[in-house]
This record gives sequence, structure tokens and C-alpha cells, in this order.
Amino acid sequence: MTVRAAPARPTAPPVPTARRRNRAGRIGVHAFLTAVSLAFLAPLLLAVYASLRPYDETSEHGYFSLPRHLSLDYYRQAFTDSGMMKYFVNTMIIAIPGVLVTLFLASFVAFAVARLRMRGGLVLLMLFTAGNLLPQQVIVTPLYVVFNRIPLPYWMSDSMTMFDSYWAVVAVQIGFQIGFCVFVLANFMRTLPQEILEAAVVDGAGVWTQYWRITLPLCRPALAALGTLQFTWMYNDFLWALVFVSDGDKLPITSALNNLRGQFFTDYNLLAAGSVIVALPTIVVFLLLQRHFIAGLTLGAGKG
Amino acid sequence: MSLIPARRTGRRAARRFTGRDLAVLGVLLGIPVLLDAAIVWGPTLASVMLSFTGWDGVGDIKWVGTQNYENLFTNYPQFWPAARHNLLWLAFLGLVAAPFGLLLAVLIDRGVRFSRFYQSTLYMPVVLSLAVVGFIAQLVFSRDQGALNAVIGDTGSPTDWLGDPDLNIWMVLLAAAWRHTGYVMILYLAGLKAVDPSLKEAAAIDGAGEAQTFFRIVLPTLRPVNVIVGVITVIESLRAFDIVYAVNHGRNGLELLSVLVTDNIIGEASRIGFGSAIAVVMLLVSLGFVVTYLVQEIRGEKNR
Repeated sequence: MTVRAAPARPTAPPVPTARRRNRAGRIGVHAFLTAVSLAFLAPLLLAVYASLRPYDETSEHGYFSLPRHLSLDYYRQAFTDSGMMKYFVNTMIIAIPGVLVTLFLASFVAFAVARLRMRGGLVLLMLFTAGNLLPQQVIVTPLYVVFNRIPLPYWMSDSMTMFDSYWAVVAVQIGFQIGFCVFVLANFMRTLPQEILEAAVVDGAGVWTQYWRITLPLCRPALAALGTLQFTWMYNDFLWALVFVSDGDKLPITSALNNLRGQFFTDYNLLAAGSVIVALPTIVVFLLLQRHFIAGLTLGAGKG
Repeated sequence: MSLIPARRTGRRAARRFTGRDLAVLGVLLGIPVLLDAAIVWGPTLASVMLSFTGWDGVGDIKWVGTQNYENLFTNYPQFWPAARHNLLWLAFLGLVAAPFGLLLAVLIDRGVRFSRFYQSTLYMPVVLSLAVVGFIAQLVFSRDQGALNAVIGDTGSPTDWLGDPDLNIWMVLLAAAWRHTGYVMILYLAGLKAVDPSLKEAAAIDGAGEAQTFFRIVLPTLRPVNVIVGVITVIESLRAFDIVYAVNHGRNGLELLSVLVTDNIIGEASRIGFGSAIAVVMLLVSLGFVVTYLVQEIRGEKNR
């Protein structure tokens, strides 16, 4: 039996065995990655699903039941009753100037540090970088006190102080995020050929021309990456507005999400709709600009 | 900070800044430096000073020496649980989420098909606001309506995942890890792409197994990424705030140092000196890591 069976089922040569094991391994990897991906997506999908169903239905049958009634009512409610649109505008008032000013100031500091070879440039770079790594709570207290004492004219802030105004939040966002951008942009600018700048200097270009006309256009990829990243970070920020804004109408959308929760009763489906509304812009930005987004994070990390 | 360019070589000595150049440098370096000083470093120093005073934000600033610190360590029951939670946060992100992110990066980097899909999906939570993560956690873990209890069919005596002070920190950590894993994965993916493939080939020719190649060859070359991941993990653990604040304002088992600071300054008590002392403890912990990181950066800078 064994003698006859041998030719019928020849032992596989070593290479196919290895390949078969390899294929089994690859299927295992796919199974694992798919499982993890689904697990990572599940909470988001759950939020979307829950937001489409009325409270009575989910409270009776739980979130894991077949839908009897799907509607966008909660989104309408979030926009009309809870004024999510207003908060969204508030966020833009903070994030758009925040990102633009941060990139402008940080790119100049990075230019000076990385391209002009000034004495003390390294110290400057370290101060900015380290500043971004401090815990926010360390700076929150004095800023809270100081902002309460800085008077602003009515046309700038209806609270008449820097506290409870967009100025405070924007200033802190810029001051805090500048460090990260300086760090990333300085690293990026070092990779640019110095010869271009030297040629410009020979042609008599001043510092501003070297920065604005020669260096910045070459930094477009890094600026796009940082812009994407910084917009998401400022959009997502929760703490600054929570501490520096007391008027509920001025809150940005992330901090305003708390308002969807009632004092005594929380309609989790409404909260789910709110979470989806808040998350959607960042997810869309991420999906559209994924390349920039990842570049922004890794530009800073890829060097060392 | 000297604005005079270092005159190291003869060629550079010829390059002088004109008056206009100095004005541009003065304004465009001055503004970010002043902003960084006013928003980050000034308040940091002020926090250190305030931590030695007993100040309620209105009356006179009274010097009390180290009394705040003594009270903090011996007489403030929330402090040690909060510090423990921050440590737990660090351990969980550092020992569970970060290695998991590394594992995912290694698997995706092997060039499996659909790697783009896996990468995007696993990274998606990173773009979400931590506050949104906190709200989504409530959808999953809420006692009566949460998805988790629905999945495990626990209807008789449902577990209150976020209400039980012994359990909730773990659930919040899971939510935090959901976000941290993707972040770490992206950083390692970028690092792995930069690893010279000939290193791996050489190791394979010398008969090194896959695991051996990874731990002996690949991981050491990822050192800069390891440092960045370490710094980010420490900073994230110290800064942790948004998730617990979104869940229950950081009470009942979810106390964190950051929450204690916020409570002490914007709470009714307004114990600014005391809140600052907590912030200084956070500052000291973070400075240890930041300085280590910067020293490494400076070394890299000199080798460039």
C-alpha cells in the first residue's frame, strides 16, 4: 500500500511547501488585519447607525437590532434645535486664522533657523519645539488669570476682556502650535539645496525675497501637510475653548458637543448624531488629503 | 538671540544684512518669539511661581513656600489616584497600544494586498477629536443602551462599564488606545519604509530568521522613530483629558492630574496656587522626557 501510494501522492518539493506555508501565513495576516480593521471601524459605524434611529426604538430593542425606522431626524434636530451650524462657524473663526498665522510665523522662524544660519538658531529651535511638548495644563492657569485682566474694546470682544473671546483661543492655538510647525518646517527646509538661496543672494535678494519668493514656494508640500494636520488639530481641540470661553454661544463645535447631553437625561442617539457631525469634516479632510496628512506627521518624525 | 549671522567662512562674511533685512528679521522673528514667550514660556514660569503661593485669583498673592506641595502629597485624597491613573495610562499606551501599532505597521509593511485600505481604516480614529472618542465610548459602553452590553446579551444585571469606578478607567483606556494605535502605526510605517532593504537581505543570507532580523536589525535602525513614539506616548498620557472629561468630567474613578488642575482653577474654589502645584508636578515629569528627546535631537543636528 505504502509503495503504491507514494507515486500517487509525491512528496511536495521544498519550494512549494514553503510557498504554501507562506500563503497560509498571508491569509492569516489578511484575516488578522481585516478583523482589526473591522473592530476599528465598528464604533464609528455604530455611531452612524444609532444616529439614524429613534430613541424609543433603540431603548426598547437595543442598538443591535434590525432597523424599523430610519431617518435623519436627529441631524435636523442637531442643526435646528441645537445650533450645530453656529458652533461650526465658531470653529472656523478660530481654526482658519489660527492655521494661516501659525504657518506664516512658523515658516519664517524655520527659514531663519534653517537657512540663514544665525547664531542661536538652535536654541531658538529647541525653545519652540520644547514649548509644544509641555502639557497644556502647565500654561492654562496663568493664561486664564491674565486673559481675565486684559481689557479689549467692545468691537473686538463683547465680554470687554480677552477672556471669553475668540482672540484668546486663537492666540493660544497659534502660540502653542507654532513650536511643532517650526520643528517640522526647519527639518524640511534643511533638505532644500542651499545653492538656490546663494544664487538669490548673489542677485541681491533681501531676506524677505529669499523667504517669500525663493524658499516658501519650495515648501509647498510641507505647508500642505502641516496645514491639513493643524486644521484637524485646531478643529479637534477641546480644552482651550473650555477654559477660555464661558459664553456657550461662542463655543467651537467640539466643546459644544457637551451641550447635546441633557442635565438629567441623555438621548444617546442625538449624541451619536452630534458626534458624527463633528467627526465628519475631519474624516472627509483625512480621506481627501490623506497623503498630506500622513506626510505632516512623519515629516517631523522621520528625522532624528 | 543674536541677529548677526555667524561669520564662519569668508564667503559668508561678505553677506551682510541691509537695514531692511534687519527690520524684516526683527519683526517676523520678534512676533513669534514674543508669542511663544507670552503664551508658553512666560505662563510656565508663572505656574512655577504661583505654585509657591496661596492665591484664590482675587485677593493678595501670599507666599506660602512649599505648603501647596505638602498638602498635595499628604492631604489631597484625589492626588494619588489621579497620578496612578496617569501612570496606568502611560503603561497601557506604552505597553499595549504602541507595540500593537508596531505589529500592525510590520504586517502592513510586508506588502500585503489592500494595504492602503488597512492603513486608512486603522488610522481613521486618529483624526477624531478626543472628545468625540469620549462620546463614542459612551455609545459603546453605556449601561442600558450601550452596544457592548447588547452584544454580550447582558440584560439581567447589565454591567455599568463607564459608571463602575473599578472598571471605567479600563474602558476609557481602550478608547484612548483605539486612537493611539493608529498614530503609532503611521509613524512606524514611515520608518519601516526608510529601512534599507539590503540590511534585511544580508541578515537573511547570514541565516537570520524573520523574528531575529526584526529584533536585531530592523528595530535598532528604527531608533529615531522609537524615541518619537516614546515622547508622544508620554506626552499623550500626561495630557490625557478630553476623553474622561467627555465621559463624566473626570470623576468617579476617572480622575487625572489634568482634570485636577482644571477643577482647581475654573471650579468655584479657584485655588490657583494649589492648581499650579499640580501643574508643576506634570511639568517636571514631562520635562524629564522632553530634555532627553532634545538632547538626542541636538546630537542628530550636529551629525547632519
